[in-house]
Amino acid sequence: MVSLTTKPMTQATTQPGSSAGRTLHPALGTTARVLGRRAFQAAGVVVLVSTACFAMVQSLPGDIAFRIAAGRYGYDQVTAASADSVRAELGLDQPAWLQFLDWLGGLVSLNLGNSLVTGASVAGELGLNLASSLQLAAVALILALMVGTTAGALAAARPGGILDRLTTVWVSVTRALPPFLLGLVLILLFAVHLGVLPAAGHGEAKNIVLPAATLAVGLSGLFARVTRDTMAQIRQSDYVRFADTKGLGSWLVFVRHVIRNTGVTLIAYVGVQVLVLIEGVVVVESLFAWPGLGHALVHAIFWRDIPMIQAAALALALLVVAMNTLVDLATAAVDPRPRHKEAVL
Amino acid sequence: MGWQKMRVAGASAIALLMMTGCAAAGNDSPAAEQPLRVVGQFELHSLDPSTAGGFFTRLQVAETLVDADVKGVLQPGLAEKWDVSADGLSWGFTLRSGALFHDGTAVTAEAAAASLNIAQGKAGTPLATVPVKGISAVGDSVRVDLTEPYAPLPAVMAHTSTQILAPSSYGTDRSITKIVGSGPYRVKHIEQPAHIDVAAFEQWQGKKPAISEVTYQAVGRSESRALMAESAQSDVTFGMDPTSLQRIKQAGKLDIAAVTLPRSILLKVNAGHEMLGDVKVRRALSLALDREAMATALLRDREMAATQLFPPSLPEWHQDSATPLTHNPSEARKLLAEAGWAPGSDGILERNGKKFSVTLRTFPDRPELPILATAIQAKLKELGIALDVKVGNSSEIPAGHKDGSLELALFSRNYALVPDALVTLAEDFAPAGSDFGAMGWNDPALTEALNALASGKDVDKSAENRRKVNEILQTQLPVIPVAWYRQSAVVSPRVEGLVLDPLERSWRLSDLTWKK
Repeated sequence: MVSLTTKPMTQATTQPGSSAGRTLHPALGTTARVLGRRAFQAAGVVVLVSTACFAMVQSLPGDIAFRIAAGRYGYDQVTAASADSVRAELGLDQPAWLQFLDWLGGLVSLNLGNSLVTGASVAGELGLNLASSLQLAAVALILALMVGTTAGALAAARPGGILDRLTTVWVSVTRALPPFLLGLVLILLFAVHLGVLPAAGHGEAKNIVLPAATLAVGLSGLFARVTRDTMAQIRQSDYVRFADTKGLGSWLVFVRHVIRNTGVTLIAYVGVQVLVLIEGVVVVESLFAWPGLGHALVHAIFWRDIPMIQAAALALALLVVAMNTLVDLATAAVDPRPRHKEAVL
Repeated sequence: MGWQKMRVAGASAIALLMMTGCAAAGNDSPAAEQPLRVVGQFELHSLDPSTAGGFFTRLQVAETLVDADVKGVLQPGLAEKWDVSADGLSWGFTLRSGALFHDGTAVTAEAAAASLNIAQGKAGTPLATVPVKGISAVGDSVRVDLTEPYAPLPAVMAHTSTQILAPSSYGTDRSITKIVGSGPYRVKHIEQPAHIDVAAFEQWQGKKPAISEVTYQAVGRSESRALMAESAQSDVTFGMDPTSLQRIKQAGKLDIAAVTLPRSILLKVNAGHEMLGDVKVRRALSLALDREAMATALLRDREMAATQLFPPSLPEWHQDSATPLTHNPSEARKLLAEAGWAPGSDGILERNGKKFSVTLRTFPDRPELPILATAIQAKLKELGIALDVKVGNSSEIPAGHKDGSLELALFSRNYALVPDALVTLAEDFAPAGSDFGAMGWNDPALTEALNALASGKDVDKSAENRRKVNEILQTQLPVIPVAWYRQSAVVSPRVEGLVLDPLERSWRLSDLTWKK
């Protein structure tokens, strides 16, 4: 699968002394380097993921035409006649490599093809799914960051204090609760008993609250833990003590030294967690009937809707690359120290 | 800020949130202002009538030429009357005058014939199996010419795949691009696969629906659907699992509408199989099943234990006089011994050195099927039959039928998707067998009876022929009935008047009213 490296890059081609700064602004140089490397990675991912996906679908047991017909006609009404008509219509008798070349050709011309089950354009269907998943993930992430980092920062202010211990309990409880169970508990509480939020569904603004909260609760505990540990460590560091000693006010020390240095660790960590979030989305989407990417992928696999599987897997893989790129860029922005191997020597 | 202050602030914020929440809950705007919210398990995968799962006839957006009431009796639909020539080869369906499509154009015989011609060309639909010679428009009626008499044709014209759509529904390649029907509701907005909004059609000729807007939301998990019903987020909720339904019943806050469907859960048996070909073995399998226990414990509904293939909701086919299928393990053992099976050293039955070991295929889309399969497995084990249960995709059943590898299959079958069960039965028990019917089995007397019914000639003998069909299926057991089906819908106290259609053709939402 794709590499999930999020640490700052330590490899660079520029020589010491001939710093990129002479010809280019250092920040722009880093950005260009990151983007170039990631673009290369993205192209590799596209080829690898689509080939692997195609191979896996072909090797799954069962007759593809029958599975597609079950998706089209409904599980009670699939018959040999409908499967035969699907086979003829979609050219499933063609050799597999020819079908794969067809798809790859379409991809080069940015055409993802049509769904084998619904007949609609994959790009159109996927657009809606991707937007829904991203919206859900973004709201969950913002919620988790707000709650998690605030709790972590407050806990780090007094290590061993009540809030610190409460945070530890919060982390253990939320990590021990699977999202599915947590989602049910939240629905029971806020929809059935209090009646303030819709239980499931999509289309109204209120619908996003519970699924996003389900994802955010689990993440917030982790963020609180990481923020707390990093911050407690940084507060003990020499440079923070020095800043204190030289007479900076505690607020300035916090803003200039503690927050920024915590950011470096936290951004890298958030990058990894976003991927976990997108995985968790599958379960939560199914519970809350949220029409996202995970939901689409599960259905597509079930029906052997090959163009849809490939496009959904590609979207997920490219999302990973995009996230890593964002993390690299954000880390570079927060911590602009040069990342040359030579500079360390 | 001190910790004390922060704690107070936090607690106040939470309290405030809860209070606003409760206030919002208590201040519901009048019910009639909102659309009726329907929640079900099915998703809309396609607009094409042959693959749309009947959504647009259930939501009363599109009409078929022929309609049916809740008893399955045919009623005028888009056609106000129909007749057949003396030789039974030519049918005429006269259209209701003044009917309008939702785009404002008149419903013409040409438009209806065009829709039917497209439907007839789709594989796997009932109309495709009818011996049609040609469908054309003659004046204000649709004429259907046949190559041989086919009495149940009007019932086929009530199937959802024969819905009549306006010419503006079709794209250039005759594919459906939007749904423009002629029913009391028109499509407002569709977001595939999970969302459909419809609104009352102002120019509808019949009685105006009391509820002017309806939204349908597909929700995949039955727990989520039950919770939506309990939290008053849905007004009509379909597809309840037995446990949730029991919980909602016990809570007593919501109404439950229920109807027995002409649907049976059954075991398809490969009668061409060396072990299952003997009718004594099939009878033994049937006697091994404790249907009442399965219905009580697993379906939570004792009355759904099948005593014959046809449920009482198919009154023409259900025979009160038929000898009921019962649970009798000792009789089953006797029959197996007569067929030459004796217990081996490990307790598994053996004949000529071969063990009685078979595979049952089923699928999880209907959640009760896998649990019923394991109950059957346990009962057969008591007799010394090793049953391997494979839970996969429903399409493995027709695929296994085609390549001959299928041994046993558990599924549910609706005998009245076409209001006349004869259409489905003639297909399922055709001499060559059928995907969701007999396999490696046929009976000339049964074929003769079904053919006589289909030709529509000796109408006086129809009841006798149906009784004969029932009797043959009951004694020969090409499929072994397991349970019948009850469809339930949870209804919120905001609405009243829901009558479930056992034929699952329509949700009859236009008959609903807001409770005063």
